[in-house]
Parts: sequence; structure tokens; C-alpha cells
Amino acid sequence: MHIPDGFLATPVWAALDAVSIPAVGYLARRAQRDLEESRAPLLGVMGAFVFAAQMINFPVGIGTSGHLVGSALLASTLGPSAAAVVMTAILAVQAFIFQDGGILVLGANVFNMAFAGVLAGYLPFHYWSAGRWRRFAVFLGGFLSVLVAALLALAQLLASGVPMPPAILAVSAGLFLVTALLEGAITLAVFQAIERIHPGWIRKPSPAGGRVTASLALAAVMLGTLGVLFASSFPDGLENMAGRLGIAGQARNLFETPLVDYEFRFFQSEWLRKGSAGLIGLTVVYLVCAAMARGLARRKRA
Amino acid sequence: MAPLIEVSGLRFRYEDGAVALAGVDFHLDAGETVALFGANGSGKTTFVLHLNGLLAGSGSVRVGGREVTGNNLAEIRRLVGLVFQDPDEQLFMPTVIEDVAFGPLNLGLEPAEAVERSRDALEQVGMIDVAGRAPYHLSAGEKRRVAIAGVLAMRPEILVLDEPTTWLDPPGRRHLLELLLRLPQAKIVVTHDTRFARAIATRAVFFERGRIIAEGGVDDLAARFRW
Amino acid sequence: MHYLNLEDWTRRSSPVHAREARVKLAALMVFLIAVGSAGRLPWPVAIALALLLLAGLVAARLPVAGVLLRAGAVLPFGLTLAVVTALAGDLGRGASLLTKSYLSAVAVVLLTATTTLPEILRALESFRAPRLLLLVVQFLYRYLLVLAGQATRMRMAAECRGGRGRRWRFQAAAGSLAVLFGSSRRRADGIYRAMLARGFDGRWPALAPKPFRAADAWFLLIAAGAPLAIRLSPDLPHLGAAWLR
Repeated sequence: MHIPDGFLATPVWAALDAVSIPAVGYLARRAQRDLEESRAPLLGVMGAFVFAAQMINFPVGIGTSGHLVGSALLASTLGPSAAAVVMTAILAVQAFIFQDGGILVLGANVFNMAFAGVLAGYLPFHYWSAGRWRRFAVFLGGFLSVLVAALLALAQLLASGVPMPPAILAVSAGLFLVTALLEGAITLAVFQAIERIHPGWIRKPSPAGGRVTASLALAAVMLGTLGVLFASSFPDGLENMAGRLGIAGQARNLFETPLVDYEFRFFQSEWLRKGSAGLIGLTVVYLVCAAMARGLARRKRA
Repeated sequence: MAPLIEVSGLRFRYEDGAVALAGVDFHLDAGETVALFGANGSGKTTFVLHLNGLLAGSGSVRVGGREVTGNNLAEIRRLVGLVFQDPDEQLFMPTVIEDVAFGPLNLGLEPAEAVERSRDALEQVGMIDVAGRAPYHLSAGEKRRVAIAGVLAMRPEILVLDEPTTWLDPPGRRHLLELLLRLPQAKIVVTHDTRFARAIATRAVFFERGRIIAEGGVDDLAARFRW
Repeated sequence: MHYLNLEDWTRRSSPVHAREARVKLAALMVFLIAVGSAGRLPWPVAIALALLLLAGLVAARLPVAGVLLRAGAVLPFGLTLAVVTALAGDLGRGASLLTKSYLSAVAVVLLTATTTLPEILRALESFRAPRLLLLVVQFLYRYLLVLAGQATRMRMAAECRGGRGRRWRFQAAAGSLAVLFGSSRRRADGIYRAMLARGFDGRWPALAPKPFRAADAWFLLIAAGAPLAIRLSPDLPHLGAAWLR
């Protein structure tokens, strides 16, 4: 799930860096403003916890075992924005120290795992944590956090022109499902064990205006992810739309180099141009949905 | 001369209502080293956390003639240097020198000055050679000494040490003892190690269930409570 | 957790180690962008970049084999995708992907083997990265091995007690994680108390960065200029032609 350097096409990694860097900055500065700098030790230690936790094996049979990924667990104990900051720190350490994930594409990995993954992991908990669906909500959070992140990574690779024959896609999808199910089960088991020790460590999500917001945002995440995946594999349908909106042309101009006769060779691939246009288009759709969801929440609170 | 620390009628309850301190009277004079004995949970650590304002109960805590309130914590925390039981919690910076410099920097010193003071403190505890290293690579005894350096760099008048011989082997204990005996500050040492206390303390008090129930010489109390 | 040799490498001395973290970080970014923005890496360009990295490793007095091995962590992913790409008929692209990812990885290791993480964080701070994030990374890094040690001990203790079947061991693992979680929370509280005890008032103090020297400027010129020049070298005939028009 951690994409290394060198696999994503320039528009893909550049766009995701352009989205993730300001977003992380915004989250971190908002936390700083709320005098959260004193929370740094807690967040850092929680990040170290996730690393250490990945060393403990959960046996699942036939000689295999899985381990905790952690986005959903962090979200349900620290809250989504703190969890996003912790996940970003984890990804940065993994990239620099362990060569797990690239530096240039850190924006993509942060988008997939620290934003989308954490959000997808938190929303079921936010929506359903009170009531008889609580256990399912925690499981679903773990499941979605991994699945969404993995699908986004796959989409980005496809949009970058890495060809994936249907057989490989099917195997990947299968692997993602299994890993996601495992994460759901592990997250639930650890969540319940923590609750037994000290219920105060589990967050109580504020119920104010939660439901509509949560469903909308959840829908946006799922839509965005599926849509991106579809767009990358079947770009033709969207090329018309992108063409009419003039996005494809603008994307091309953005990356036109000042060198007259030299073109980035990969842009000569029709497929890739459509793919990146589709990806950019759908990112816009997703962001609009998310903004709408937040706007609705604000109106509800007012 | 007025006592450096004067505590009277200190009471404290935990969040869940349990009584941690049930009226403690205590004093520390210049040059003294007082050992705090008592079973686990008897309130020793809770008590010392009041001496630098980390906890606030009811009653009076006076340090250097001043009452500890929410407003003078910065000054109190300079006067009272607290060395915690777990050096891994105390050495939280990436390198030794940065950690020792943390206190002086918080006091408002310029970085160059802070580093110089830190180096002096590290020399004092004999740990100047590891200034650039990460704390992870140090032994328990070395970490303990660096923690003490971090406190010394703030030029305190009182040193409070919470179970300083934990995790130390006999040579480590010996080095710690030699170091502490060299330091001129008045000291409070929370400890289970009676031999250590005997070598360093001028006086001892015994905690039980949130109260000091006895005071006297180390041997005296050790014999009385079979400590 | 085997990054301790990385830390050992950062303690060596060499002209590269002595350089300011900011220029090294900037040079790395230029290199990564040069590689990452190329759709297909022409062979001469790839070889030239590889030689440049090799020169860097030698100048940094690092064990070349060790660094190449460490960067090899990206190879499994790369090989898989390269094979997939080759099977889909585009062998050239597969090779290019593999080369790009490996070159990038070696460049990153070159940075992290000559610059300590605290130095990297200070450089990022001067590039205006958010303070909170850098502090979180700093604490994460500090307590990584401490907690990993705890986790290892727990794992060993659990193994000693034997497994009464898969489900029991699954629940035991969950319990271990919960205990680790709790111990981490309490440790964080202890750290916070220790911070307060030494005068922390809500804002983190900062040490001054290393002074910028002439050698740093030269390093930046060479280390950032070379990859750019190599990357754009196929263009020069085009550039020349365009200019003459």
C-alpha cells in the first residue's frame, strides 16, 4: 500500500502533493492554534505504538498471520484530525528511515492513508458508535480504512500508466479484501480490549449534526474512490466530459515544458492523458462533496 | 534560617475520590537529605509531585519562602529539580545535549548559553562524552545521570529524586551515591533502598496511607518498620 | 527494527556529513523530481544518475554495498510491477519503473545515512513545515525502539505461555496490544509531567541551526545542478535548435 518513488506519473504525484501538503499544514496549524503542541508527546508515542504494534502477529490460520495497520484504531481513540497527523508522521518515518514508501510520492501516500484511510476508518464509528451496531461500526471502520487506501493507491498506479491485466487486478482486489477484513477483525479485538482496561481512552464522538454529515462524507469517500478506480480503467466515458470542461487541455498546458520540441514522452500516450484527466476530474468531484458535507454540518450547528 | 520547603496540612484526592494524602506536615532545611520511606501507594510520589506544583492539593506548600500557586510555577520549577523514576520519560529529546538544554532554554537562556550550561552539567555528572548520542543507547545508570544533569542545568536549590536506584546495578548505585554526595543542594530521596538511604540521608520519614506516621534517623525507622 | 546501522552511518565524518541539512534535503528533492518527472528514463541518463549517486556514496565514505542493500527494500514492489508490465508487453516501461524507483531509493538513503533525523527535522522547520508535525515525528522516533522493545518482550512472554489454539492466541495478541496502548498512554502522561517539571510553558524551545558556509553553497550547486543537467541533457540539441531559430 505504500507507493515507492518512481511509479507515479508526474501529474498524479504532483496533484496529490499539492493537495496533501496544504491539508497537513492546515490540520497541524489548527491543532497548534488550539495549544495542542503539548499533545506532541502523546501523538508521537501513539505513532511509536502503531509501529511496535505491527510487530505483534495475529494468527489467522494456515500458517499466516496479520498485523494491525492502525488508522481506524487511532481515529477512534484520538479523533480523526489527530489520527491524521499521527499517520502522516508514521508515513514520513517509514519513508525516510525504512524506505517504505517514497518521498516525492509522500503526498499520495498521505492522501491515501492519513486522510482517506483515517476518514473512512472514523466515519462508521462516528455514525454508529452509540447503539447496538457499535461492534460492527468498529469492524467496518477498520475494514474501510484499509480498503479505501488500497483502492486509491491502485487507482493512482493505473492512472500513471502501470498496465494491469484483469487477472492481476482480480488478485489485487482479492488481497485488498482479505487485508481489509483482517484489519476490521484486529481493530475490533484491540478496541474491545482497550475499552475493558480503560473506557476513557475511547473517544465519544459528538452527536451534534453527526448523522447527515457522516453519511454524506462516507458517500463522498466511497464515491470518490470507486469513481477514481473506474475512471482509471475506463477513461473513455469521462474523456468527453473532461474534454468539454476543457480539463484535458488545461492539464496538458500545465505540464508543457518551455523546451519547444521536447515533450514528456509519456504524455503522448492517449490513455494516460485521459486517465490523469479523469483522476483530476474526480478529485474535484470528491472535494466538492466533502465541502458540501462540511457546509451542511456548519448549517446544522448554527 | 527558614526551611527551604515547608508543607502543612497537605491533602489530596484523586479524580475517583480516593484519598492520596490525608494531611501531611513536612519540612526540609538547607544541607539536609531526607529519605522518604513507605509502601507502594502510601503517597510518597504523590507528595513529591506537589513540591513543584505538578499536583495541587489543599493545605500549604511553601518553597523558598514562597507559597506554591498557579502563578509562580516557573520559578518554583527552577528551584525544585525533580528527577523522575523512569529516565525514559525524562529523557524525551532526540539527543542527550538537547535534552539537558531543554530546561535552560525554557528558562529563557540564549541557545549558546543553554548549550554551555548543559555541557557544564554533563561534566558535573561525568556524561559529557555522550552529549551527541541518542538516549536509547545509554544504560539505566547513564540515563539516570543525564536526567540529573538536565535538572542541574537549571541551577536548582533542592533536588527531589523518585526511587533513583531503580534498575541500577551495584556499581551504578555506587556512582550515583558518589555523585549525589558531591552535590551541595538539599535533597529529598524517595527510596526503598535502605542501604542507599543510610549512606546519603540525614533524616527519614515514613509514609503510610497518605500520612507521615514517623520521623527519625534512617536506622531508627528501618528497625521500627522492618524496612 | 533494523535502522540502527543507519544511525551508525550518520555518525561517520565526511565532506557530505558536514554539509548543512537544508542543502542536502534540497539536493535530494531536485534529484527525486528529476527522476520522478521523467516518463521513460533513457539508458544514458539512468547510468549517469547512477554514477552520480555512486560518487556521492564514495564522497560520503559510506559502505556502498550496505547502502545499495538497504535501498533494495523497494525492489520487491518494483520487481512485481516490472514483471506485470513486462507481461503486459511493455518490457521497456517495466525496466524504467524499476530503475527509477531504485535510483530514488538510493538517493534517499544517501541523505538519511549522512544526516541525523533531528537535523532533517530542523531543516524541514526552516522550510516552514508545521511545527506540530515535526515534533510528533521527533517523539515518534525517540520512543520507537523503546516501545518496540516492549512489544518484543510481550511477544516472547506470550510465546512462553504457549498457544491453546488460534482463537486464543488472536485474543491474546489483542490483549497485548491493549496493554501496550495503555502503557504508551501512561508513558505520554509521564513525559508531559517531566516537560512541565523543567519549565515547559506550552511552546517548544529551538536550538539554533548550523551556520551556512560557502562549502554548502558549492555542494548545492553540484548536487542539485548535476541531476538537472543530466536529466535535461537529451534536450540540448532541441534547445540549441530552438535557440538558433
